[in-house]
This record gives sequence, C-alpha cells and structure tokens, in this order.
Amino acid sequence: MVQYLRTRLDDSFAALSDATRRGVLEQLGRSDASITDLAEKFQMTLTGMKKHVDVLEGAGLVTTEKVGRVRTCKLGSRRLEEETAWLERYRQLWDSRFDELDKVVEELKRKEKIYGRKKRK
Amino acid sequence: MDAKRESEPTAMKDRTTVERKSERELVVTRTINGPARIVFEAFTKPELLRRWWVPKSSGLSLLSCDADVRVGGRYRLVFAHGASKPMEFYGRYIEVTPHSRLVWTNDEGDDGGAVTTVTFEEKGGKTLLVMHDLYPSKEALDASLAGMEGGMRETLEQLDELVVTLGASAGRS
Repeated sequence: MVQYLRTRLDDSFAALSDATRRGVLEQLGRSDASITDLAEKFQMTLTGMKKHVDVLEGAGLVTTEKVGRVRTCKLGSRRLEEETAWLERYRQLWDSRFDELDKVVEELKRKEKIYGRKKRK
Repeated sequence: MDAKRESEPTAMKDRTTVERKSERELVVTRTINGPARIVFEAFTKPELLRRWWVPKSSGLSLLSCDADVRVGGRYRLVFAHGASKPMEFYGRYIEVTPHSRLVWTNDEGDDGGAVTTVTFEEKGGKTLLVMHDLYPSKEALDASLAGMEGGMRETLEQLDELVVTLGASAGRS
C-alpha cells in the first residue's frame, strides 16, 4: 500500500509537470469540457489532447464520462478517493496486527493449559 | 438436509473493521480468539506487545518498545523504516482498568495528538476489541491518515497546495 500511494503521488506530480495539463486543469476548474473543446482551446489534435487527459485521469486529477460520442472531462475527486484508500490501508495495517495478536494469544492460551494460570506470571 | 452450513466459514473473513465515526473519531474493531484477561496481557506487557504491534507486512521494524502500563506511566515505540529516519511514537497512559479498558495519549505530533481508548469485551471465551481514536480536530485526523507512512503528509500537503493554487488561478478569469 505504501508503494501504491507513492505511485499515485508520482503520477500526480508527473501530471502536473506539464504546462498544457496544468492549463487543462485550470480550464476544467472553470467548467467541464469535452476533449474536442479542450483540443480546440489548446490548438492541439484530438489524439494529443486525449493523451494529456489520459495522464490526468490516471493520476485521479480528472474524471471523464462518455455520453454518446462526446467524452466530457471534469476535475477529479482525488481527495475522496484518497480518503477511502487511506482508510483501507489503515484497516489492513490493523488486520495484520491483529492476526499477529491472535497468534500471541493462542500461544499464551496453550501455555496456560500446560502450566496452569497461577504459575505463569 | 441440515448437514450443510455453508454460510459460516465466510462470516469469519475480514474481521477487522475501520470506521470514521465522525470528523474527529476513528474506530477499529476486531474479535480476538481468547479471553479478555489474555488479550489485555498482550497489550500491556512490552515483551508481548512488541511481538504483534509491528506486522512484518508493514515494512517496518521495531527498534525499541517500552511501556510502563499504569496511570501516568509512559510508553515509547521506535520504528525503523528502510533508510529513512527512525519514527518515534510516545505518550502516557491515562486510564488502566485491568482486562477491560486502556486509555493512552499520542504525544508525538506537534500539537495535541489523539487519545486512544481500547475496550476489551469478553463473550464466550472471545474478546471484542474496540479501539477508539479521538483527534483534537478534523485536520489532525486527516493529516494522521495521510501521514501514516511518515513523511507522506508533507508531500501530500504540498500537492494539495499546488492543486489549490491551480484552482485559485482558475477562478480568476
């Protein structure tokens, strides 16, 4: 999970390192837009813009939705997704911690059976 | 006819739950297969605590583990994480009720940290553990979740700032 989060951060920084992509985020901050709109605004080919949007989407900074033949882009819900990921990571940490605790408790129970409760300090 | 009880085995899966009860509260629950007396012992004897608190899968190793479990007593855990600086977690116990309740503070943060309350509830030879963390603010809980791997918090804050800056400049037309 550490690796997962790190990868996500790397993706985010990589996504933000490009001036066009920062411009796209600014644009989407004003209003949602289709890839065609964005391509026109930034004077790019559709394919070129699609690549940028893919990078932003991969980093969770942008989400896209296809309705009919138009793909609409909007700012992503990075924070919400991250909170969910964090909680799951936290749950996994405790889950493996408690698995180890279960082992320790099993061992203490066995010892108690053998030596009796009183003798073991 | 009644020989098959298929639903039972799956009921034991994913026994650990985590819930953000409110902006400032995080609750972890789990049932441990043993009486409260033994589970409490595993929480309060440092030599036992150190055997389970740091699971191998976490990538951390425990350098030292001291716990003076009595009201006002202190604990200190030091972890190594790869090549980065060791991380320290410390605080003091503010309530110790044998076999049923433990409360400790988490003092390693800059400003007030969370207060952790653990309750041990025995039922039929098993113990339901409820770990309740109360943070001083929503921001403190957010930061704690984000910073769990140490150092990540700063990175995320920087990223957030950057995104906020971008959002703000987008607002100006």
